[in-house]
Amino acid sequence: MSTVNSVAHGKHHHAHHYDSAEHQYLAAKFGTWVFLCTEILMFGGLFVGYIIYHQKFPQMFHEGSKFCDWRLGGTNTLVLIFSSLTMALSIYYAQLNQKKKSLASLYITLICGFIFLGIKYIEYTHKFHEGLFPGRFFAFDNPEEMARWKAMGINNMGMFFSFYFVMTGIHASHVIAGMGLITWLIIRTHRGDFDSDYYTPLECVGLFWHLVDLIWIYLFPLLYLIS
Amino acid sequence: MAHGQHDNHEDAQHHHIIPFNIYIKVFSALMCLTILTVFAAQINFGAWNTVIAMLIASIKAGLVLSFFMHLKYDQKIYAVIFGTGLFFLLVLFFFCNLDLMTRLNVDGII
Repeated sequence: MSTVNSVAHGKHHHAHHYDSAEHQYLAAKFGTWVFLCTEILMFGGLFVGYIIYHQKFPQMFHEGSKFCDWRLGGTNTLVLIFSSLTMALSIYYAQLNQKKKSLASLYITLICGFIFLGIKYIEYTHKFHEGLFPGRFFAFDNPEEMARWKAMGINNMGMFFSFYFVMTGIHASHVIAGMGLITWLIIRTHRGDFDSDYYTPLECVGLFWHLVDLIWIYLFPLLYLIS
Repeated sequence: MAHGQHDNHEDAQHHHIIPFNIYIKVFSALMCLTILTVFAAQINFGAWNTVIAMLIASIKAGLVLSFFMHLKYDQKIYAVIFGTGLFFLLVLFFFCNLDLMTRLNVDGII
């Protein structure tokens, strides 16, 4: 208890403006949660926009979501949930001082990120190939379908793909950011920076990665399953 | 140095460690709910389709927040921060809908 002023004891240091390592840990987590809040509000705006336009043009969204393959979307959901598990386990093993298992969990999480992006790449290229672009760039070239939509009074199919590409695109950029952070964690774990006394970066990046999973949990039914 | 190590240990993070089987159980529940939401989407419940899908998604979100993100075991302040964000998202959603639902349809322009 006599260590309040001496911050350089032991293996792990805490900045002088914190009372203890625990205090620093709690502050880091506090900041991460505030950041996650801003993320929720950013995606939230998109979700609210989606819900409003879905109410106004239900048939258009219904027809649009037929272009989203639920098998690919569903696989990606399972991949992300599994990666969330391995991310949580990497912290669990760090808490038990099992460095190798913690490291293996991080590698699996990173691989899951690559699988997710690979499937996203297949979906995107398929849509580009068909001319399913957002907004006024919409260039779908299938006269029969276009005539059928016209008969249903649908003339703004580009809007569905605006929502699709913006929402999944911002989400995918978060996956890429998360993978960068996990790579950093892998390097630091290799170096032996983390143990049961100190694993704050694992915890904070983990929270971010779970949030990315959380957002996909809502995106998947909204975009893939409304048909 | 030995003394320092000891002090550091006293000062160290002693956090609740969630048991391994709880992680596996939560993961299994999330997998089952994903399959359930795909299955439910094949059946037509009319206007309830979206409600059911969002309900299942929210149960999944609750599991991720409580266990993977440790909110169930952590200090309540983190849940309060996150809840505040969700609350203001609901405020945005509520007033946008209130506006749209109470507009007069003049000459087909909404």
